[in-house]
Amino acid sequence: MVLTGAEIVIRCLQEEKVEYLFGYPGGAVLHIYDELFKQEKVRHVLVRHEQAAVHAADAYARSTEKVGCALVTSGPGVTNAVTGIATAYMDSIPVVIISGQVPTGAIGQDAFQEVDSVGITRPCVKHNMLIKDVRDIAAAIKKAFHIAATGRPGPVLVDIPKDVTAQKCDFSYPKSVAMRSYNPVIKGHTGQIKKAVQLMLDAKRPMVYAGGGVILSDAADRLTKLVKALGFPITNTLMGLGGFPGTDPQSLGMPGMHGTYEANMSMQYCDVLIAVGARFDDRVIGDPAHFAQVARKIIHIDIDPSSISKRVKVDVPIVGNVGDVLDEMIRQLEATGERPDAEALGTWWKQIDEWRARDCMKYKNSDEIIKPQFVIQKLWEVTKGDAFVTSDVGQHQMWAAQYYKFDKPRRWLNSGGLGTMGVGMPYAMGCQFAHPGSPVACVTGEASIQMCIQELSTCKQYRLPIKIVNLNNRYLGMVRQWQEFFHGNRYSESYMDSLPNFAKLAEAYGHVGLEIDKPGDVEGALREAFKRKTDLVFLDFKIDQTENVYPMVQGGKGLTEMILSSEDL
Amino acid sequence: MRHVISLLLENEAGALSRVSNMFSARGYNIESLTVAPTEDPSMSRMTIVSIGSDDVVEQITKQLNKLVEVVKVVDLSEAAHIERELMLIKVRATGKDREEMKRMADIFRGRIVDVTESTYVMELTGSATKLDSFIEAIDRSLILETVRTGVSGIGRGDRILRI
Ligand SMILES: Cc1ncc(C[n+]2csc(CCOP(=O)(O)OP(=O)(O)O)c2C)c(N)n1
Repeated sequence: MVLTGAEIVIRCLQEEKVEYLFGYPGGAVLHIYDELFKQEKVRHVLVRHEQAAVHAADAYARSTEKVGCALVTSGPGVTNAVTGIATAYMDSIPVVIISGQVPTGAIGQDAFQEVDSVGITRPCVKHNMLIKDVRDIAAAIKKAFHIAATGRPGPVLVDIPKDVTAQKCDFSYPKSVAMRSYNPVIKGHTGQIKKAVQLMLDAKRPMVYAGGGVILSDAADRLTKLVKALGFPITNTLMGLGGFPGTDPQSLGMPGMHGTYEANMSMQYCDVLIAVGARFDDRVIGDPAHFAQVARKIIHIDIDPSSISKRVKVDVPIVGNVGDVLDEMIRQLEATGERPDAEALGTWWKQIDEWRARDCMKYKNSDEIIKPQFVIQKLWEVTKGDAFVTSDVGQHQMWAAQYYKFDKPRRWLNSGGLGTMGVGMPYAMGCQFAHPGSPVACVTGEASIQMCIQELSTCKQYRLPIKIVNLNNRYLGMVRQWQEFFHGNRYSESYMDSLPNFAKLAEAYGHVGLEIDKPGDVEGALREAFKRKTDLVFLDFKIDQTENVYPMVQGGKGLTEMILSSEDL
Repeated sequence: MRHVISLLLENEAGALSRVSNMFSARGYNIESLTVAPTEDPSMSRMTIVSIGSDDVVEQITKQLNKLVEVVKVVDLSEAAHIERELMLIKVRATGKDREEMKRMADIFRGRIVDVTESTYVMELTGSATKLDSFIEAIDRSLILETVRTGVSGIGRGDRILRI
């Protein structure tokens, strides 16, 4: 069947079962938009800024196990999308971005709205390609979806010049992809897994450290089964929250810079550390030299060989898909019929419980002024711990991660790797599209929310009833906290002056806005908001301006060198 | 430590920049890089000489393998291998220097490939150190230009890099 390039693009997206295409039109993609208009299978979502298109596609992927998809025009369309692409890249999220390009003959001529899209995105994509021939479109898009979703997932950009979308050729969608240069390992090495299982059985002070890889490989059920069977303590990273039920007593909470005392102590003083789809990044283990001061055996499961022994030397590397490796571990463990040394494990748990008794997450609540931690606790209660929660970047992000106990995977969406302020609302949008009818809350700050505030308009157009929980401290809170700790209280440019009246702003966009400044009103406001099933409600909580995130490991310090409260300063 | 990394990659537009981009983005060093298509025109062979600790080079190999267009990677310097580089060098060759240059070219098994009244262009192949020592051995002030290709490498005997 002979089709134009633009028709082929849409047919490919249909073949890939793309439900939602987040995008923004422009000259170079007009043929594609014309074809979009003529069909109904792929539903286009018109955002208000291309950054939000990619974030929303990324959130769609994070909250499902599907690939997200975005469409942008050439030049500024692509440059606006770059932040979204880099954000997805850092967190290994499968997204396909289709970008328009100037006509092939104009490439390199400094044409209107020309930018070297493949060049500009190269360092922040898993792969990208420029299509110069209409006959290559179908294979390229098939490849793009395949590469984005397999191995260590990531964004893939397909750049298509305008003339190519007008040319015609015969269309058939490839059934499969075979690439001699790309064959990710799936199953882990059985011998290595055997070694790991033995180490785990012999451990006296075991600790499981689970990251985003568990979520990406949809292995939360297997991880939970294994950890339950072994009775081991577990910590889930910022990217891994929900990979093991946060309310389970075996969960020690999050590790790292703002992790719990017990999680960090256990990471440091265990004798066998089982890292599952986690990458020992600087925000988790702090200074690697300090981490290496204590001897421990490390098992590391990861699909990406380059994540292994990158920052920390490991003893038993296992390259493979987390889910498949855990399956094999469970199988082998059951086959041995052995269980870890109960007595040693008991002593270890006693030690952990002592660390836990420090109660590092306690905070002084107040009747007068709203404490941010209290808002998150109430959010958790009101939503029965079962909402999808997105966040922006800053203190509020850490409080959400600390105080909302995620029991299920893919419920917590945040920019862990790039730390992109502005993701919160677009993430909530992508998530709400993927889960219509489910409660979606966006925990944000008055600074972050302003980075993509224009999306309130998109939310109105598509009637997305997300709940925005704005922890408004009138400061770039996280910046202010660092200035308080490390820069002699010199609050250089971290005060947010001239803030809008957020409740009225939300109303101006046609939404519901609420302003809350008394602790006694927090729960009622949240209940009221979630009762409104069809409205976006912007909850502007005026919170304590001086509150800090604890515990804290200062950048570059050792994992156990924690500031637990203001008394430690 | 100096490492000679050899790779096969798809002969596609952008593949070279993806490799060089990765080196600069991650702060790895490149002493030299050579690339050209193989007997199978759909594939290129690249030799990269880099200096780094074993840990760094392990990361380099892993990161190279991660690039979608890279088919295979080996660290040639892990075992017996051959390295060759080609140098074209233009020297002033007048008076008694003319004879001396010819003599030096012979000692280093070079060939004179262009002759004028006052200059020679010589072609030399060998390991990078051999080319270095040639430059050391002749009078610096007589060198007009040097062009070096960078190192190409291949494993000895049964060490074969192919798909
Ligand atoms: C795009 C971007 N610019 C700058 C930063 C640096 N940064 C990290 S947190 C933060 C302050 C965030 O303030 P707010 O959204 O009000 O959240 P709070 O920390 O007060 O909860 C800043 C500026 C960033 N992460 N992202």
